[in-house]
Amino acid sequence: MKVNEIVKVLEATVITEIDSDGLEIYSACGADLMSDVMAFVKDNVVLLTGLINPQVVRTAEMMDIKVIVFVRGKSPTQEIIDLAIEKGITILTTKYSMFISCGKLYGAGVTGRGVCC
Amino acid sequence: MTEGCLELNYDIPANDFLHAGEASSSVKKMLNQLGVDPDKVKKTAISMYEAEINAVIHADGGAAHIEIWKDKVVIKICDKGPGIPNVELAMQEGYTTAPDHVRDMGFGAGMGLPNMKRYADSLDIDTAVGKGTTVTITVFLK
Repeated sequence: MKVNEIVKVLEATVITEIDSDGLEIYSACGADLMSDVMAFVKDNVVLLTGLINPQVVRTAEMMDIKVIVFVRGKSPTQEIIDLAIEKGITILTTKYSMFISCGKLYGAGVTGRGVCC
Repeated sequence: MTEGCLELNYDIPANDFLHAGEASSSVKKMLNQLGVDPDKVKKTAISMYEAEINAVIHADGGAAHIEIWKDKVVIKICDKGPGIPNVELAMQEGYTTAPDHVRDMGFGAGMGLPNMKRYADSLDIDTAVGKGTTVTITVFLK
């Protein structure tokens, strides 16, 4: 699924968008615990979280995650936005809860599974 | 500088969640610039990042020394924190001594050391209660 389709499915607001035209998302990881995200290994992942702090962007950077969705209508701070731009990470926000957001993406075809090694 | 080895050193500031992870970010960038296999870069970055976060959470920061060899990356994260009384217990997923404000940041749920072990090819923990901890992470590049 392309990032612009994720925007439509989640009725999301684009906060930062960086070179995502060629990016195809196969899997989603919903978590507020960043160490759990790092135990989840999969390429072409969108990270959904309700956690708002710069370490979300750092975690995405380490995991080569290019798209973050902040759920439950949460807004990232300017520090988070600046860091995401620096790291080349797209940030979206959606009014939907984590559960509904994951369900909508799964229903729309983002069904790839993570691999815990 | 040791012959055949690129050495990097970073300070890890105490209680600075905004900048925590910058050392790992710099090492990741350097490995990418050196053309290291992306999977090896990711393994190195994640294990170092967890160690860096641990130094910030538990030990008022510390120092990172990195050696990049042709066939391996060796990362040493040293702190002068409280030390780990029971390493075996600390290696168990879910065991944590982190305070609530750390969990509010998305860490401190007892996954740091297990994640380091998961991604490192070799993990050595040298710790003494009241003196500090040195974590040595090795990732082989071949």
